[in-house]
Amino acid sequence: MTNRSFFPPMADDSLWQPNRGISRLVQRVIVVLFAIFALISVATTCGIVLSLIFETIEFFKKVPLWRFLTDNQWTPLFSNPQYGIFVLISATFLTSVIAILVALPLGLFSAVCLSEYAPAGVRKWLKPALELLAGVPTVVYGYFALLLVTPLIRSFAPWISGFNGLSAGLVLGISITPLIAALSEDAIYAVPNSLRQGSYALGATKRETIVGVVLPAALSGIVASIILAVSRAVGETMIVAIAAGQNPTLGLNPFVPIATMTAYIVQVSLGDTPAGSLAYTSIFAVGTTLFLITLALNIVSFWFVRRFQEKYE
Amino acid sequence: MTLPSQAFQDDSLDFKELKFFPDLPKRYKIDSVFKFASWAAVVIALSVLSILLIEVAIDGLSMINWQFLTSYPSRKPADAGILSPIVGTIWVMVLVALFSFPIGVGAGIFLEEFIADSFLENVIEVNIANLAAVPSIIYGLLGLQVFVRWLFPLTQGRTIISGALTLTLLVLPIIIIATREALRAVPGSMRQAGFALGATRWQVVRDIVFPQALPGILTGTILALSRGIGETAPLITIGALTYVAFLPPLSLEGLHSTFSVLPIQIFNWVSRPQQEFHLLAAGAIIVLMVLLLAMNGIAIYLRNRFQITR
Amino acid sequence: MAFNSSSVTMTEVVLSLRKLNVFYGSSLAVRDVNIDIPPNQVVAFIGPSGCGKSTVLRCLNRMNDLIPSARVEGQIFYHGKDIYDKVVDPVDLRRRIGMVFQKPNPFPKSIYDNIAFGARINGYKGDMDELVETSLRKAALWDEVKDQLKKSGLALSGGQQQRLCIARAIALQPDVILMDEPCSALDPISTLKVEDLIHELEAQYTIVIVTHNMQQASRVSDYTAFFNAEPTEKGGKVGYLVEYDKTDKIFNSPQEQATQEYVSGRFG
Repeated sequence: MTNRSFFPPMADDSLWQPNRGISRLVQRVIVVLFAIFALISVATTCGIVLSLIFETIEFFKKVPLWRFLTDNQWTPLFSNPQYGIFVLISATFLTSVIAILVALPLGLFSAVCLSEYAPAGVRKWLKPALELLAGVPTVVYGYFALLLVTPLIRSFAPWISGFNGLSAGLVLGISITPLIAALSEDAIYAVPNSLRQGSYALGATKRETIVGVVLPAALSGIVASIILAVSRAVGETMIVAIAAGQNPTLGLNPFVPIATMTAYIVQVSLGDTPAGSLAYTSIFAVGTTLFLITLALNIVSFWFVRRFQEKYE
Repeated sequence: MTLPSQAFQDDSLDFKELKFFPDLPKRYKIDSVFKFASWAAVVIALSVLSILLIEVAIDGLSMINWQFLTSYPSRKPADAGILSPIVGTIWVMVLVALFSFPIGVGAGIFLEEFIADSFLENVIEVNIANLAAVPSIIYGLLGLQVFVRWLFPLTQGRTIISGALTLTLLVLPIIIIATREALRAVPGSMRQAGFALGATRWQVVRDIVFPQALPGILTGTILALSRGIGETAPLITIGALTYVAFLPPLSLEGLHSTFSVLPIQIFNWVSRPQQEFHLLAAGAIIVLMVLLLAMNGIAIYLRNRFQITR
Repeated sequence: MAFNSSSVTMTEVVLSLRKLNVFYGSSLAVRDVNIDIPPNQVVAFIGPSGCGKSTVLRCLNRMNDLIPSARVEGQIFYHGKDIYDKVVDPVDLRRRIGMVFQKPNPFPKSIYDNIAFGARINGYKGDMDELVETSLRKAALWDEVKDQLKKSGLALSGGQQQRLCIARAIALQPDVILMDEPCSALDPISTLKVEDLIHELEAQYTIVIVTHNMQQASRVSDYTAFFNAEPTEKGGKVGYLVEYDKTDKIFNSPQEQATQEYVSGRFG
């Protein structure tokens, strides 16, 4: 008797027999199912943390933490192994800095141009083009770096190695430019027009309005896009694995072969490494380091957005 | 050039000029430099990227022929083709779509329609935002540990199903975020109207909200999938092979077959010193890019149609 | 249309609109407006929605330039100079003719920087702290915010935000202040404060205010311009000036039937 109502009967009640019990049951099943789906994302995070921790502990059972932090070479596969993680971090740092030096001005100015200067018709075409370029697989960028950019650089400076941090960093920068441009453009475009008008009414020129009012108003979104781009650069694998080489070198020389954290993981994965071996656990230790770095960037980004996000209406 | 600000600086006007020195000519000079820099950035970024893409097209176009598309990879460049990587990519893409679409959309609906603004929603939201920023190679390590090793009895190790599950986890956050945005774009008045007719929340979602949000959800899903099939690093980490000289059987057993995909094949060929292999890589890049362009084209088409009908 | 401004005789004029037509694209939005605005007076633009009063206001500091499709015919003389002359730079003009908008639009900066922004870009060489204080005092906001000048302008209440926007405009020491329905987004108490402020500012500035509220026009203004709209053949609407005179005349003994009906609340 799912149809019995609390209220007095109405005429034609026999025509109306909604099966409220079934509806409610269906809804309950759906909610439980979808809740499980939503919890898969939480499970993923737990899976990442657990699988990293598990093997990293195994690694540190054999390698003391202080050697991980203080050795000045990274040669875990040699007979006289050294475990200085900063060798890999320095390479990651180098390529990321070069990339940001390229991507920051290009991306930000492009975003300003699209949002503030480009006519609506141009913007309509450029925006999807940018998003498309942001989706080009990084292995393709790796091809560019090794086979187009490096030969170009070496035609000017033949003494630079065939594998080097410079061309990997440059192409890495080109690859994250669309990301910065697209996300910053979203933030800049979302600044309410009333602010621009308020600024013009004070006798500001267009550039003064953009630099003095619009960009500061969009700051949280812009910074978030930059941090996301940095963490992409830090975690990017294929470009550096293909073009920067696989030769762990401590230092910030952009002209010699280097190995980033990600490149090392790829190098070991390509070989046939038995589970449980030191090489196997070492990629998890490197992965944990990488994860912690990107997590820290993420937390900074989160904090910044919470702190500086402006709410209009 | 006439000085623009002179029009009012007339002696007859008694202005409270006092301490203001607007110096408009100088400000306009900086303005035009700034504007030039903006346009230059767009032109540089787009032209560098187009030059690179055109270069690879020139390198690879001569490779594209029937033999290239229907042969297996080989140690001899002249005989090499990309049949098994193409089939592997299709396998992986279909599986990832089958797993990630229902899960991502369901999770998105749960968060946006059933527990919006609750503590749990907040926690999961932060968690998803975090996952979206985790480097893809970390997902590879996750897949290696969880799917290849811990779930070996189910996946049989370095197989298509392991790769597909790994990529599913990688693209899920993107699909969930896209789903939520699409749902949010449906006006609240629609839901109110549904409730006012005596529908349950699920009926409102299923019959009113979801159909309206579907184009947006599909757009997001296709873009997420196109990110997934371009990924190389996580599949290298879980150990996808580069020489696969067979096609997986079109059955459940196919799931337990070892595999290769286009990006891995490209990586392998790029990494070789011989130039013949670089040309093969360029050819494979063209095929991959055409596939991605097609998917993006569909996504953009859906988005544009969606915007007009709204 | 000789009656437009003929009944008002003025010795000195700050702004003078002559045969002003405004177009959006190809359609005429407002036609043939003639108004003389005397110094240190408050002039109110009233009329039903869509009659073009805001459009005319935005012509006075060339904010309409920012809408690509907007086009202006006729002249607006500011101290005898045509502001639509080719040599005139709108940026320079807007420093002298400030504007306050319908919805408060403080910048997402500190209260201090909201006011200092305009002064800095316009090369103010005096004492900035002093300018900020004077402007906030003039806008009757100083006492409420003097201890929290570093706080974001967005953290203020709606009425305070609007007075901040007025302070921001005053800081540039303009000649004229345009107000586009400055109280329409405010509660009655904040409205009263802004109206009091307008009375005080009158001594130093010429104020042109667009308002929907006839009581407000009668309370704050010395002169009133009544706009109306009529349908066009193409099915659109075009605004025009019906009558412009001293405020008490407009409200008590208007010359036009339409004005009489509007101010007595019979339509609009």
